[in-house]
Amino acid sequence: MSDNPQTTQVYRVYIKASPKAIWDAITKPEWTERYGYTGLVDFDLRPGGAYQVRPTETFKKESEARFGGELPEVIIDGEVVEADPPHKLVHTFRMLMDPGMAAEPYTRLTYEIRELDDKVCSLTLTHELEGAPQLASLVRGDQEEFGAGGGHAWVLSELKTLLETGTAFAE
Amino acid sequence: MNDDDPVFKALADPTRRFLLDLLFERDGRTLTELESELEMTRFGVMKHLRLLEEAGLVVTRRSGREKFHYLNPVPIQLIHDRWIGKFRERRVSALTELKAKLEES
Repeated sequence: MSDNPQTTQVYRVYIKASPKAIWDAITKPEWTERYGYTGLVDFDLRPGGAYQVRPTETFKKESEARFGGELPEVIIDGEVVEADPPHKLVHTFRMLMDPGMAAEPYTRLTYEIRELDDKVCSLTLTHELEGAPQLASLVRGDQEEFGAGGGHAWVLSELKTLLETGTAFAE
Repeated sequence: MNDDDPVFKALADPTRRFLLDLLFERDGRTLTELESELEMTRFGVMKHLRLLEEAGLVVTRRSGREKFHYLNPVPIQLIHDRWIGKFRERRVSALTELKAKLEES
């Protein structure tokens, strides 16, 4: 895994919320189940700590009904590289829901939260995807029409809505 | 000013839309690479990129001595969710209701 600018994806969203609220929404399962793919995150927030995502019961049922087969217990895994709450989080990421993607190398996600004036923060998400073209396509939202969700742009849009209005689209 | 205003303004220019198309084809390009695709001065391209960046449609990132430009689809996603998503939901719920009515009768 190296920093190849051409396979990296960068997303930014402005959210009217505190850095702490945004940090919690990324790192706590009671928040992550309320937007985007609704996965339950489990972070051990120190360098080398484990990162795992488990499906909710609803997600598991829907996914199995739509795509067949059984979902693994852990659908995403990785390792924490850097955790500087509530400003910076770096962790590796591998998608295990699909054998093709599970065989791709670990990718790397960096979340940066910056407080701007008037209670607005920018959240920048950088995903280094060298050697993982299938995951790159998924997180870019290219497979939305096949029921794979809209990728990072969709997730961040829902995160913004949840934090600013208190409800997500799915609720 | 509404959050959407700079996005619509940035999209209202063909050169800027072309720059976004270039980044959609291949992300993470330098100013020099983008400039080579346009019949325009370096200063002109920089000005357009700055407007795209102010609207949040382009995010730049430094790596070593180079500065790379990335297409950020989030502002367009937000406009989609606000202007298109709600119409689609209404249509879906109308169809769901129709189905329920038909099945009742």
